[in-house]
Amino acid sequence: MPFEEGNFDVIVIGAGHAGCEAALAPARLGLKTVVFAVNLDSIAMMPCNPSIGGTSKGHLVREIDALGGQMGINIDKTYIQSKMLNTGKGPAVHSLRAQADKFKYSKTMKNVLENTANLQIRQSEVTDILIEDNQVVGVKILSGAIYRAKAVIIATGTYLKAKCIYGDVEVYSGPNGLQAANNLSSSLIKSGIELLRFKTGTPARIDKKSLDFSKMEEQKGDDKIVPFSFTHTEEEISRDQISCWLTYTNHETHQVIKNNLDRSPLYGGVIEGTGPRYCPSIEDKVVRFHDKDRHQVFLEPEGEDTNEMYVQGMSSSLPEDVQRDMLRTLPGLENCNIMRTGYAIEYDCINPLQLKPTLEFKNISGLYSAGQFNGSSGYEEAAAQGLIAGINAGLKALNKEEIIIDRSEGYIGVLIDDLVTKGTREPYRMMTSRAEYRLLLRQDNADLRLTEKGYKVGLIDEGRYQSFLNKKKMIEDEINRLNNTIVGTTDRVQKLLTRLQSTLLRSGASIADLLRRPELYYEDLKEIDEARKFLPLDVIEQVNIHLKYEGYISKQIKQVEQFKKLERRMIPSDLLYEEIKSLRIEAKQKLIQIKPLSIGQASRISGVSPADVSVLLVYMEQFNRKKSV
Amino acid sequence: MMYDTIAAVATPISPAGIGIIRISGEEAINLVDNIFLSKKKGKKLKNVLSHTLNYGYIIDSKNNQAVDEVLVSVMKAPNSFTTENVVEINAHGGIVVVQKILRLVLDQGARLAEPGEFTKRAFLNGRIDLSQAEAVIDVINAKTEMALDASVNQLKGAVSNKLNTIKSHLLQLIAHIEASIDYPEYDLQELNDDSIYKQVNNIKKLIESLLDTYDDGRLIKEGIKTVIIGKPNVGKSSLLNTLLREQRAIVTNIPGTTRDVLEEYMQIHGIPLRLIDTAGIRETEDIVEKIGVEKSLEKIVEADLVLLMLDASEHLSEEDFNILELIKEKKTIVILNKSDLEKKINIKQLEEYINDKEIIYMSVKNLDGMNQLEERIKDMFMVGNINMNENVYITSVRHKNALNKAIKSTDQVLEALASNMPVDLLAIDLTNIYEAIGEITGDSVKEDLIHQIFSQFCLGK
Repeated sequence: MPFEEGNFDVIVIGAGHAGCEAALAPARLGLKTVVFAVNLDSIAMMPCNPSIGGTSKGHLVREIDALGGQMGINIDKTYIQSKMLNTGKGPAVHSLRAQADKFKYSKTMKNVLENTANLQIRQSEVTDILIEDNQVVGVKILSGAIYRAKAVIIATGTYLKAKCIYGDVEVYSGPNGLQAANNLSSSLIKSGIELLRFKTGTPARIDKKSLDFSKMEEQKGDDKIVPFSFTHTEEEISRDQISCWLTYTNHETHQVIKNNLDRSPLYGGVIEGTGPRYCPSIEDKVVRFHDKDRHQVFLEPEGEDTNEMYVQGMSSSLPEDVQRDMLRTLPGLENCNIMRTGYAIEYDCINPLQLKPTLEFKNISGLYSAGQFNGSSGYEEAAAQGLIAGINAGLKALNKEEIIIDRSEGYIGVLIDDLVTKGTREPYRMMTSRAEYRLLLRQDNADLRLTEKGYKVGLIDEGRYQSFLNKKKMIEDEINRLNNTIVGTTDRVQKLLTRLQSTLLRSGASIADLLRRPELYYEDLKEIDEARKFLPLDVIEQVNIHLKYEGYISKQIKQVEQFKKLERRMIPSDLLYEEIKSLRIEAKQKLIQIKPLSIGQASRISGVSPADVSVLLVYMEQFNRKKSV
Repeated sequence: MMYDTIAAVATPISPAGIGIIRISGEEAINLVDNIFLSKKKGKKLKNVLSHTLNYGYIIDSKNNQAVDEVLVSVMKAPNSFTTENVVEINAHGGIVVVQKILRLVLDQGARLAEPGEFTKRAFLNGRIDLSQAEAVIDVINAKTEMALDASVNQLKGAVSNKLNTIKSHLLQLIAHIEASIDYPEYDLQELNDDSIYKQVNNIKKLIESLLDTYDDGRLIKEGIKTVIIGKPNVGKSSLLNTLLREQRAIVTNIPGTTRDVLEEYMQIHGIPLRLIDTAGIRETEDIVEKIGVEKSLEKIVEADLVLLMLDASEHLSEEDFNILELIKEKKTIVILNKSDLEKKINIKQLEEYINDKEIIYMSVKNLDGMNQLEERIKDMFMVGNINMNENVYITSVRHKNALNKAIKSTDQVLEALASNMPVDLLAIDLTNIYEAIGEITGDSVKEDLIHQIFSQFCLGK
């Protein structure tokens, strides 16, 4: 029997990485929010790798933090190892990654949710989205209770009609043996939402006490810890770290796999879902790269207080006995015991082309979605979308203008724009090569890029905002000062340059000029820069990067200016593409489906040519002029 | 792309008369200032009044030599056709010079205008009234289609092969760099600077060799594509031979002897012609001849001018009518050969069919009507009735411009390598090379790269 359970501002379905951010944001904006999870013990669960961050994903976490999200703070509190990757390359691709204690991570996040004002947490399966006149009005849960709200965010991850597969075993369950959500899909289809079926997978977990680490290479964390959150200092989060271990597959491993390919559901045709290219199972790797004689395997602890080890690089849906046999061929794993079997998981998700860049459904006002449900993969990708969906659902409930992060402002923008403009045929993973303004979108300057936005939304408090303004000013002042501090060809200067193996000066130069040389850094020039005052390390870092890569940075800034002009050219929402005779049919269909907000977005749709964009521009001008008559 | 500075040749391409290079956009004036030397010492275009004509030289900064004596008109925003700064360079040195000036302008940073782009800007900026909007769209569409045709034409064969080689080299290199960035902990072999240097240098050489094939004088060699058609044995090859004054085609009286297409270059009154003799068009069972006939039909489509030859001593046959149907929309001169024999052809019927297309009576054998034909071709060209295929020319400028951009980016990679820039910055310029070449082939690195990364390397959890 249905019954009324009350009115809310925002409802969030799912409490994974997307759902947590999606619930926290509106609650923190003062809105009455409720979040549903199939099981409250699985809040912010990490059902796959026990780590947060990595290349481009680390960037996302820092952006989430700059906007006032929770993921960065949560991993800083629960990490067991931290590493800055790519330090041998340019600053744009330095990437932070931390191994998490996944149990603590989940518990800590649950605790934050529980103690957030305006936020209710509820264990139940949502079975129906309630929609009236293309406007979402609430949800119904399994018990029949009806929750009404101004906005609803779907963040069901991999739970919808989930099916886990290994060998010939098929279990209709969500990740980690949790109950799947089997009712919501049909409600979505009834509401006219197009669903896709995607697939992903995870490796086995094995028992630490059955391993021989002496046969593996130890992988330690960094000595210097960089926090994910801009609100933390190194001292605040410093702790003892736990190592990971590296071993390799070998000929024998590959033989075990090859001998059992006929028992693989992947090759036997049992799995229908589209799997990601970047996340191949070990059987995929062995088949596709058959001339590679070994593959890396990292053993990563799942937490401080557990023996479970994650076997990174061995994702598989082979039968349990084959998984056991192949794992035991690896050096150090000869006697390993499996604690959890690896599996592939299939689930319902949506074609993200149905979404606006705000993550609201185009055809259903007030309905938002985020995370793996949108066709992405990864905790960080999910959290980033969750935060944006949460912010926008909140702003919508408040009758305020929603926000969009564009491609020049953050990886979050690249991620969402790719999803809603280009769609995806496999679970979408963030990569640095997807960001065309990579040099500007660094992990070190996420705060400079996005704090302002977070403050305007209302998720960044006054104190944090003031210290951001202060940092910005210190950077600008110091760059100015260095440009105007001239050193002559004195003995002291030349001696220093000789010592630093840099070319001697022929005439006077500014300290900034010297810093533009690839071999010289801010810290090196202290003794010839007398007026230098003490500055925080993060300010110095910005000064160094800014001067050293000035040429490239200003080139990218110019490109961004061009890009912004096209983004600002908005397409009227009542424009009828059907009427534009001169558009090619393919372009017309795509434009009708995607309904781009701006000319910029239209130009990124595959199948829309520059000539189509020209036609569109002319038509738009015509349309606007007619309207103004 | 909407607000940058664009340039194009605004006049039809002809060897005679004045050619105008039009430049529009914020930087139009500054950009021309860099290559313009006023007769009045020290005079700069940025200081002149709007709507003035300025006399001087266009200078090639490479050798500091004057390319042409020109009049440059300056129209400042918003009082111009596009409402942007507009500069028009009036040159009079013929096709090669006009093309060279355009290249200098592009080298200064202007972008070659898209088809119909000046008109589009004028409309978008409110200069053209609403009733003309459809016309603007038509121009964009029509020109784009033609440009595409021409582009496809040029991309056949060797050029296309070379471009693909360059692209695949580049893509592998970029994918390698990107894979090492996105998967730092995988045992990928890191590329060292030496190997990148070698590969980029190699790519640069490939682009340079391709660039050499785009010759400034090419257009003149291209000439006006003139196709001689007619049913078999009407005297097409004889006409070609007579025009060329040499025996080249096999001339017999057995229908169907010219089984392929013959091409010759010649000048009539200084006008470059690319004269194409085709196999006679008729229904045929002979396979070799069939191919010839198909080629003939292709040539008609590409032709700037058609010389249709009919036999005056015979009645119009069904084959003749078929051909007449094919050339309806083409600039055509109808030649009635064998006019020295008894005329059997029904002139009235023919005239109805060809509207106002010119008819010339001729006897190739006796050289009657030859002068008349040559005069007529000259007249048609001078009044602009026939043009060379401008799209071929424009496409080649576009390709060349793109290749030049690609070369610039290779230089930037090499420079960045020399100053020890990190590999992720090299990737920016490498990507720019790919994008520049993509302007020719029509694809973009984004679509290809991720696929390449995962097919080239074994990555992932």
